[in-house]
Amino acid sequence: MKILVPVKRVIDYNVRVRVKADGSGVDLANVKMAMNPFDEIAVEEALRLREAGIASEVVALSAGTAACQETLRTAMALGADRAILVETEAELQPLAVARLLHAIVAREAPQLVILGKQAIDDDANQTGQMLAALLGWPQATFASKLLVANGRATVTREIDGGVETLEMPLPAVVTTDLRLNEPRYATLPNIMKAKKKPLEVFKPADLAVDVAPRLQTLGVAEPPPRHAGIRVADVAELVAKLKNEAKVI
Amino acid sequence: MPILVIAEHDNAGLKAATLPAVTAAARIGAHSGAEIHVLVAGSACTGAAQAAAAIAGVAKVLVADAPHYAEQTAENEAALAVQLAQGDGAYTHILAAATTHGRNMLPRVAALCDVAQISDIVAVESPDIFVRPIYAGNALATVKSTDVLKVITVRTTAFDAAGQGGAAAVEAIAPGPDLGLSRLVGRELTVSARPELAAARVIVAGGRGLASSENYHRLLEPLADRLGAALGASRAAVDAGFVPNDCQVGQTGKIVAPQLYIAIGISGAIQHLAGMRDSQVIVAINRDAEAPIFQVADYGLVGDLFKLVPELTEALG
Repeated sequence: MKILVPVKRVIDYNVRVRVKADGSGVDLANVKMAMNPFDEIAVEEALRLREAGIASEVVALSAGTAACQETLRTAMALGADRAILVETEAELQPLAVARLLHAIVAREAPQLVILGKQAIDDDANQTGQMLAALLGWPQATFASKLLVANGRATVTREIDGGVETLEMPLPAVVTTDLRLNEPRYATLPNIMKAKKKPLEVFKPADLAVDVAPRLQTLGVAEPPPRHAGIRVADVAELVAKLKNEAKVI
Repeated sequence: MPILVIAEHDNAGLKAATLPAVTAAARIGAHSGAEIHVLVAGSACTGAAQAAAAIAGVAKVLVADAPHYAEQTAENEAALAVQLAQGDGAYTHILAAATTHGRNMLPRVAALCDVAQISDIVAVESPDIFVRPIYAGNALATVKSTDVLKVITVRTTAFDAAGQGGAAAVEAIAPGPDLGLSRLVGRELTVSARPELAAARVIVAGGRGLASSENYHRLLEPLADRLGAALGASRAAVDAGFVPNDCQVGQTGKIVAPQLYIAIGISGAIQHLAGMRDSQVIVAINRDAEAPIFQVADYGLVGDLFKLVPELTEALG
């Protein structure tokens, strides 16, 4: 069984985001970039399935600029067998990415696609669900536990107020939540080995996919600032402030 | 042309998250004069349908009652919404709350209708222009949809709950097919006498500073009891196993905006602040005077939480 793991190159989660002065977007110049943390969890889960003998091959995929090769090398350093880049300078929105993934799934015929539930840049939380819909496949989003056996997936998902477990036939799309696993680190020998693993490059046109954005960004602004208030000396002062000033208790 | 809101419910009744989604629909309708319809897809869901009909501002409730909608699995519910979107009297907008239910199901609807989804809107500027947070709420993007149909999830804390007193017509519609793609094996909901995190007036939240699950419960539960508060946690506390993930407040957990948010032993990572920065009043208790949480707190108390939290609980008695 082959597993496809789409990964996204995003701003590193530790970086403080700054809005550009002209309000056209977020400043990404000279900012540290990394693999979307939820996608790291997706890579890890796919590797564990391969190590358990359930999957035979893990293919990482990214869509974006040539710089995404770095992210794919990271995925291969973690253990992915090979990688595919759909290279474009165009702005890619979730529907466009889902359509690119749809085209790659048609070529690669994986039984399972595992990807992060959301990317920490646009926070859209759409791509996995959209891909599943385009393919007509079942989906299990926000997964915290994944079991694969006899051509079926049993997935425990995080929902508001608790968890639920779904069962579905493969092929299927699974999106990862935080508690699914704890991703490994790449070792130096594996980073060296990853440089020699195959990385195939396509253009959206090779896949006959129109990636034109459907949403136009009119402007990006800082949220209204929240100012630090005051320090209180002790519990008595805190309670008095909450009662008499804020009037919330 | 009307606007469709997809209800979130448990068949017997409506989930509170549906109400702010109706308010967002009403904001769009205020520009275009469109009617609001609510879709209730369920099984033996008369209770939920009646609750939807009582929401002020709703013109019509569409009820698809069939066993394969009992658990509202994404595949079947999305297919039904797509049928409605592409049917006669088609819709200009389809909305759902940005809860795990709406986030799970609605992107399928958008993809099958070949349109973008606009996730997690916090404001309606016009029928095709919306504001949504990106980068964990560190930036707000104003986006314009160029699609004929707008598919939208609504951040529930950004819109007031729609009122009661409506008397919408309830119309049964033909259910769509059972796609049989996924099957619910079981659901374990946390049973708690406390208010739900997303709807609570007061939230007491704990972080890594509490050091153990035992401390979390021993110190925070009595305080939450005194305040009638919901219990929340930072991602660090969840990762450390103090509490289950459904308590997590932050970019990757729940987005909350209570009247009072008390952050205890929480340093204030960007991803946590993203989930609670819209709270009306924020209190932070932390022994590190330099912790970033103090930059957003209205009232900061620097000190040992193991001493201060019991004191606070006592003082509120």
